[in-house]
Amino acid sequence: MSNATQTNEIVHSVSFLDRDSLNIPTLRILQADGSVYKDAVLPSIDEETAKRMYDTCVFIRVLDERMLGAQRQGRISFYMTCTGEEAAVIGSAAALQDKDVILAQYREQAALRYRGFTIEQFMDQMFSNAKDLGKGRQMPIHYGSQALNYHTVSSPLGTQIPQATGVAYSLKMNNDKAVSICYFGEGAASEGDFHAGLNMAATLNAPALFFCRNNGYAISTPAEEQFKGNGIASRGVGYGMHTIRVDGNDMLAVLAATQAARDFAVENNKPVLIEAMSYRVGAHSSSDDPSGYRSKEEEDVWRAQDPVARFKSWMLAQGWLSEEEDEALYAKYREEVLAQVKVSEKVEAPHIDELINDVYDEPTPLLQKQLKELKEHVNKYPQAYPKTAGRF
Amino acid sequence: MAQMNMLQAINDALAIEMEKNDKMLVFGEDVGHFGGVFRATSGLKEKFGPDRCFNTPLTEQGIAGFANGLAANGHTPVAEIQFADYIFPAFDQIVNESAKFRYRSGSEFNVGGLTYRTPYGGGIAGGHYHSQSPEAYFTQTPGLKVVVPRNPEQAKGLLLASIRDKNPVVFFEPKRLYRASVGEVPEGDYEHELGKADVVQQGTDITVLAWGAQMEIVEKAAEMAAKDGISCEVIDLRSLSPWDVETVAESVKKTGRLLINHEAPLTGGFAGEIAATIQQECFLYLESPIARVCGLDTPYPLIHEKEYMPDALKTYEAIKSTMNF
Repeated sequence: MSNATQTNEIVHSVSFLDRDSLNIPTLRILQADGSVYKDAVLPSIDEETAKRMYDTCVFIRVLDERMLGAQRQGRISFYMTCTGEEAAVIGSAAALQDKDVILAQYREQAALRYRGFTIEQFMDQMFSNAKDLGKGRQMPIHYGSQALNYHTVSSPLGTQIPQATGVAYSLKMNNDKAVSICYFGEGAASEGDFHAGLNMAATLNAPALFFCRNNGYAISTPAEEQFKGNGIASRGVGYGMHTIRVDGNDMLAVLAATQAARDFAVENNKPVLIEAMSYRVGAHSSSDDPSGYRSKEEEDVWRAQDPVARFKSWMLAQGWLSEEEDEALYAKYREEVLAQVKVSEKVEAPHIDELINDVYDEPTPLLQKQLKELKEHVNKYPQAYPKTAGRF
Repeated sequence: MAQMNMLQAINDALAIEMEKNDKMLVFGEDVGHFGGVFRATSGLKEKFGPDRCFNTPLTEQGIAGFANGLAANGHTPVAEIQFADYIFPAFDQIVNESAKFRYRSGSEFNVGGLTYRTPYGGGIAGGHYHSQSPEAYFTQTPGLKVVVPRNPEQAKGLLLASIRDKNPVVFFEPKRLYRASVGEVPEGDYEHELGKADVVQQGTDITVLAWGAQMEIVEKAAEMAAKDGISCEVIDLRSLSPWDVETVAESVKKTGRLLINHEAPLTGGFAGEIAATIQQECFLYLESPIARVCGLDTPYPLIHEKEYMPDALKTYEAIKSTMNF
């Protein structure tokens, strides 16, 4: 049958399917107190990996807390925290190999850190200084690194989804035995690019992992105004794609699901959709105040399900972490982050020539002319252009 | 008269027309209870109910297509695209559908009641994707009207005219001025006619033309030039499509010189269209080449925003060069 629509059963009276026709279970391995469910199948995890995952949790908690503070003090212009979603991002990133390509939305700084992005690299980007890999061109948190296989973040929502399909197809054609992983929120899943990307991945057999952080809100819009279906996971089934829903606040469940998804994708050259159920505990961004659209009580319910605390309890029980080590880790990162802020904010802005570089592989004659005229103008009024005046 | 900022003036215009026209609907991302990320639609859901002011799912192509359908069936949709930088997923619905609905059907159908509102422009440390001025993509599309207000009083009158216009309108709001621009706004209903430029300052030596947020920039440059004894005639184009050739040409015939300023990149920007038309209309009156002070031909940069922008100093220098040609 050329049409993949299988007719399994013929009926002779009208009956409709609805959102409850599909029963989607949620994978959970860790209980609220950090103990493991009796019948749970644990992911593959050793002490070194677990420590690296926990270390990333603490680093990101400190980074988010300090940089939101720095934004409030006017030291950087913008910030976005990933508070509450650390397990979803770190659990999935830890299931990958370094050759796997990450296409983030914008709230996945923890995955980048897990890959090895340094404090200095984070700060240089946020302060838009001359050492920023992105040359100061984008707003804070729009990180990217070719060396770490992490595509540079772009603000428009959902554009990375079909791109991840293209990356995955390329990996397949190169026989790299690698996947792309694409992060996005349940809000971005309303964009047309979501449909395009997932349908193409399914039809073209691209080994892409589509990782949806269903965190309940798209700025002010709650998930119940975003879609009426059974989450995002129900759509994966419609695309004919392997699909799993996982407790996004459970580090081990996310790790297990992503490990299995990666194995399946690489072995079969097929995509997988993972829906991680979580909550955006912080505001959408430093420009947003959630008190206008949701209650403190609702936030508190989710604060009590803190994914980092749950994972920490498990680490403590494993004997892979002590309270003293935990405190020392927070203290160390607080000190390092603060010290790096002081260094990076003093690094000068990118050179004025960077304005016209990278528009094309080489600046066009017209761009060169515009730069020359700009320099003459800046020389005439140096006080009006303090970031670049006197430096060429 | 009341003191209002631009957001309040826009909100006032929306409320006035929603009161008068029960077919008018306001929607977009976060526009319902939250009132939009800039609060332009604050209180409208509470006042007119959740069926007339509401959140949509996060899909600009969906918002635009939905608006086309509503308008084709006789409603008056006012659709918000959260940032003009995010209008591109809706490009197909706007350019191929809104703009051609009437023409392709021989006027069997039209979406004339449709208005897209969207904040545009830089100066807010917004980097590539919260700063762009994409008006020229739309001025090259026959069937669309394109309007840009410069202050609260203008925003209210132009928005009311746009909503009531019998053609689809893309209404670009200068977000840098949303709260920064405060002024006297008449109470109640009034309109500013679309397609008409506004001469905001009479002058004799050079015509300086801009629109939206760049108006205050060119007015500042004109002030600087006045100290050098140069008399600028400052014009706000207001409507880019259709645009008021007559008023601009009349001014240039008087002054003999023209400078056009816009935030969007130089190449392919709307200033090119104006320059071509004015040299045709005023060739024998021109005493110097028409000057363009525009954004650089680069994506909108974050850290080099000041260097990129066609600011008052660059405009002042260009006024002097044009005078001294």
